[in-house]
Amino acid sequence: MTISDLKQSASDFAKSKINWARIEEADNFAKTVKLFRQGKYDADSFRRFRLQHGAYGTRMTGDYAMVRVKLPAGEIYPNQFEKLSQLSEQYSIGSAHFSTRENIQLHWVILEDVSEIFRGLTEVGLTSREACGNSVRNVMCSPLSGVCPDEEFDSTPYALATARFFLRNPMAQNLPRKFKFNFTCCEKHGMVRMVDVGLIPQIREMDGTSQRGFKIFLGGGLGNKSFVGHQLEEFTPEEDLLYTSIAVVRIFDRLGDRKNLARNRMRYLVNDMGWEKFQNLVFKERAVVRATQSVITKLEVDHTPNEIKRPIRITDESGGTIPDGYARWFKTNTVKQTQSDYRSVFITLEAGDVTASQLNALADIIREFSSEGKARCGFVQNVALRYVHEGDLPRLYSKLLEVGLAKSGALTMTAPIGCSGTTSCNLALTNSHRLAKEIQRKFLELKLDEDDDLSDSSIKISGCPNSCGQHGIATIGFFGGGGRVGKDMYPNYQMSLGGRSDGDTMLGQTCLRVPAKRVITVILKIIEIFKQNKKSDDTLKSWIHRIVSGNEDSDIKSINDIKKMLDPLIIPPTKEDDPDFYLDYGSDTSYHTKTGKGECAA
Amino acid sequence: MCCLIESGNITKDIDSLRSEIRDKSVRVIDVRREDDYKQDHISTAVNLPLANLLSDDNPERVLKLVNSMGIDDETPVVVYDDTFGALASRVAWTLEYLGHSDVTLLETTYSHWKSLGLENDSQTPEIQHKEHSMNLQPNILATSDYLESAKTRDDVILIDNRERLNFLEQHIPGAISLPYRTLATKDKILRSKEDMKRLLENRGVTGDSEIITYCGSVGTLSGLAYYALKSVGMPNAKLYVRSFKEWKNLQKPTEKQEDANYWDLSAE
Repeated sequence: MTISDLKQSASDFAKSKINWARIEEADNFAKTVKLFRQGKYDADSFRRFRLQHGAYGTRMTGDYAMVRVKLPAGEIYPNQFEKLSQLSEQYSIGSAHFSTRENIQLHWVILEDVSEIFRGLTEVGLTSREACGNSVRNVMCSPLSGVCPDEEFDSTPYALATARFFLRNPMAQNLPRKFKFNFTCCEKHGMVRMVDVGLIPQIREMDGTSQRGFKIFLGGGLGNKSFVGHQLEEFTPEEDLLYTSIAVVRIFDRLGDRKNLARNRMRYLVNDMGWEKFQNLVFKERAVVRATQSVITKLEVDHTPNEIKRPIRITDESGGTIPDGYARWFKTNTVKQTQSDYRSVFITLEAGDVTASQLNALADIIREFSSEGKARCGFVQNVALRYVHEGDLPRLYSKLLEVGLAKSGALTMTAPIGCSGTTSCNLALTNSHRLAKEIQRKFLELKLDEDDDLSDSSIKISGCPNSCGQHGIATIGFFGGGGRVGKDMYPNYQMSLGGRSDGDTMLGQTCLRVPAKRVITVILKIIEIFKQNKKSDDTLKSWIHRIVSGNEDSDIKSINDIKKMLDPLIIPPTKEDDPDFYLDYGSDTSYHTKTGKGECAA
Repeated sequence: MCCLIESGNITKDIDSLRSEIRDKSVRVIDVRREDDYKQDHISTAVNLPLANLLSDDNPERVLKLVNSMGIDDETPVVVYDDTFGALASRVAWTLEYLGHSDVTLLETTYSHWKSLGLENDSQTPEIQHKEHSMNLQPNILATSDYLESAKTRDDVILIDNRERLNFLEQHIPGAISLPYRTLATKDKILRSKEDMKRLLENRGVTGDSEIITYCGSVGTLSGLAYYALKSVGMPNAKLYVRSFKEWKNLQKPTEKQEDANYWDLSAE
């Protein structure tokens, strides 16, 4: 990678080299919607078609869709931000939503307008094709790939090549269930053990030469039932990457459960078959693929280095004062890169929500501050701006402040994940989305982002047991349900503790059910108990990890000990004493669980 | 009934307007606030701030305003604003209602005009008073009573041009949502004829129906939609000019999207 301070003119701002879009899919979608409305296309076939094109159903209505735009490897360019801003104002609710899988979602889109969004996306080379449905979903890559101090090489080109290979590939159009690839940079970042195929780049020294390859994990995943993935082999050389991927997809396609909707992800197949048997099957299948495909099928990995050019400053504002809050933001939102003088900046969005005008502002901010001229989606509904020159950080902070994107705590526990919940999802039981925002607001007010003991912990919230909010790998995780006092219902969350997705990946252990309106109190109480019992160099994460692993020797030895201390906090008051208790966040009508048909499995 | 439909020209392109200004064959109306107008405006334009018009828009008063702007039945009029054409549309519609047939909207906003470096100045032109006739066009107006009975008919389409969140929260039963932002492109107040046609056809809005537009309060956003419909030759469009504000004040029935906390997605 070359770093230079060459000057840059407005015309040569980076644009995506890969065009993911196909204009004919817009026309075809519009036509199919018409046929469906005329009753010439049956509902099941239409749903499959719609999902394959990246349009999800919406809570309690067939008239609206959610369009999930894929950002392969998480890359997003300024012109794409601008287009998404425009589309969100035209066809959605004037805001967009960053998902946990490097997609941007437009909600509450009228079904008949979906094709217009496709049309707009083609102008900037984006697609929502295979963002839903039983296909290879967006291929993720760590937001730090290429800049992470702990990585052995940049896996981004491999993620992009994999996305390219499977997109619209007939072999991946009708899988038993969705299928997910996650590339990452190192053991610390990402969640390679909690996905169908997870990959960590690795370099092996052999006979004096170094060889690129991957550590590949198979059969993990979060869901109604979650599993941790298994490492396929010590080292998978890069030329075997595609053959391994094809082999795994083929096995899943052939043997995956197509009948039982609740158990048809690949992790169930691996679990039912047993890892060793599955592993052998992969080796055998890979040998076949290698023998039959090796001449014609190659992964098109583009190794052209990114151009790194520090954007020129149009006006000189040096000597300006640094706004309040800069130090806090610098500490909790930025990380050092391998490349000296540069940092990566994380922008936290409340549960992933971003307004149309913020999307526009982000386009300008990238052009003005990122020396690579693009941004990356993060893992936690956020955006990363990389290659920001250290000297430009105060100015960047001021710019972010102006557009409401300078919240601190992006890389700490104060930036929880909340799935969309009852804001738009058919399956949701609670408003997990709003709860995540409430927690963030409260915890930033309490300045918990500045507490080093809490920074490596996480809070993740799903609105139902299906794990879109990834609660299973959170230090403190929640999934929604309903509680009941006599005839009255209240929103309730199952809380789990000790989940993590790094080298020591494990699922959180169930602790207790917490009413929605007591979640913040309960988390604060856990922090209090931790502070009383911690050892000097403990973080909340390491302390909870010892407890769930049975290695803690202080008074609080088990999840049950914590539970006992929390029990008094979760007793429901009567409706007369505290009517608010019986309402979910963001709602002023009495709570009841109400769900529609899920489409994940369609 | 009016030449708008015959000619199909709803918007005036920049080049044509510039040559008409040179030929002195056009009356240009700037509907921005007086202060903005005084600072600078398209050369030869007169000022009719929308708020001034709306303070009392009964036809007798509008007729006086039109006369004072030197407009008679034959004067070609071009209206512009700096609000993506919505305010200009409301003024154009009012002229049309009065019976003035030759009125078009500048295809772009004043900001864009200025950013292109085109002619503007701060002079207020001398206007010679003219006499316009009054020939009201009730067929382009929808009142609440009219709307209430019309919307029970199968061949009537009601369009809500407010933003999607407002629509989800509350709307007139049976309306479809077509936010005003959908109608424009990046630098034009209305998308091209072909694009507009496709958008509307996808939504089932075709020329066979009578189409009524409404928005939040005074018929600006829906005024723009009225002209969007005209731009693709839909012959039977009406503006519910008092819009949702009046509908609610009259306590007529409304509808909302139930069982979803969509506002919490809105990143405010």
